[in-house]
Amino acid sequence: MHHFVLAAIGGGLVGVAAVMMMALNGRIAGVSGILSGVFTQGAGERLWRLLFVLGIVLGGALPPLLNADFKAPVPGASVLLAVIGGLLVGFGTGLGSGCTSGHGICGIARLSKRSIIATLTFMAAGIVTVTLLRLTTGG
Amino acid sequence: MGKLLAALASGIVFGIGMAVSGMTSTKRVQDFLDLFGAWDPTLAFVMGGGLLVTTLGYRFVLRNPAPLFAGSFSLPTRTDIDKPLLIGATLFGIGWGLVGYCPGPALAGLTYGYAPTLAFIPAMIAGLLLAHRITAKPGGAALKPA
Repeated sequence: MHHFVLAAIGGGLVGVAAVMMMALNGRIAGVSGILSGVFTQGAGERLWRLLFVLGIVLGGALPPLLNADFKAPVPGASVLLAVIGGLLVGFGTGLGSGCTSGHGICGIARLSKRSIIATLTFMAAGIVTVTLLRLTTGG
Repeated sequence: MGKLLAALASGIVFGIGMAVSGMTSTKRVQDFLDLFGAWDPTLAFVMGGGLLVTTLGYRFVLRNPAPLFAGSFSLPTRTDIDKPLLIGATLFGIGWGLVGYCPGPALAGLTYGYAPTLAFIPAMIAGLLLAHRITAKPGGAALKPA
């Protein structure tokens, strides 16, 4: 199957997960906010968040078991760059109240002005970063 | 119990979607952001598929008085565009570009056991906790999930 088709199917599944989360638990399926809450929310709010996060880890492990092509190749970043990037992604999504799922999918689906602005902003910052990265490393 | 199983099931479907879509590939994500280079439009299809299903699904779901396993829908209500939103989104975009991971795909790729992935996730959690320390109001509620 062409990877555009798989991408649309995978994106559709992310949408199904977001709709399930809203229909069943009344929550936005925003990964950064839910992950943060595992460590920062009160006792009664932690377990469902932890299970959602574990679900993502488990779910990500399943497709490669059926077809090795679904296993992503090793990231190109060094461990040091991964740590720097991880800090920026964590701090940025914490400060900006959301990531690609919370703002980019759930927020835009609700036509939230904050989410539309946030998505345009992180897309633009990502494009500038990759452009500069590839200019400087020649990659 | 329903609430917990629902969260787990939603997470599993989310993770399968991540792996099937190709978003767990940092190269593919960086190629999508490489708009002025060897642009790979794949991620636009992920966003398109996700937005189509979520937009239509929310329209039906939010007509109901309440979700199945909670008393009410917990929806963000803020509409102001403030500095933390813009600065946070910018920093997130820089980190996303540098590595090619946003939070969901990094978690979905955890079991592949790659060193950069294993380094990225704890650093991301540390970043989230730092942001929480800065933004949490004294005596107030913690960061709203979004």
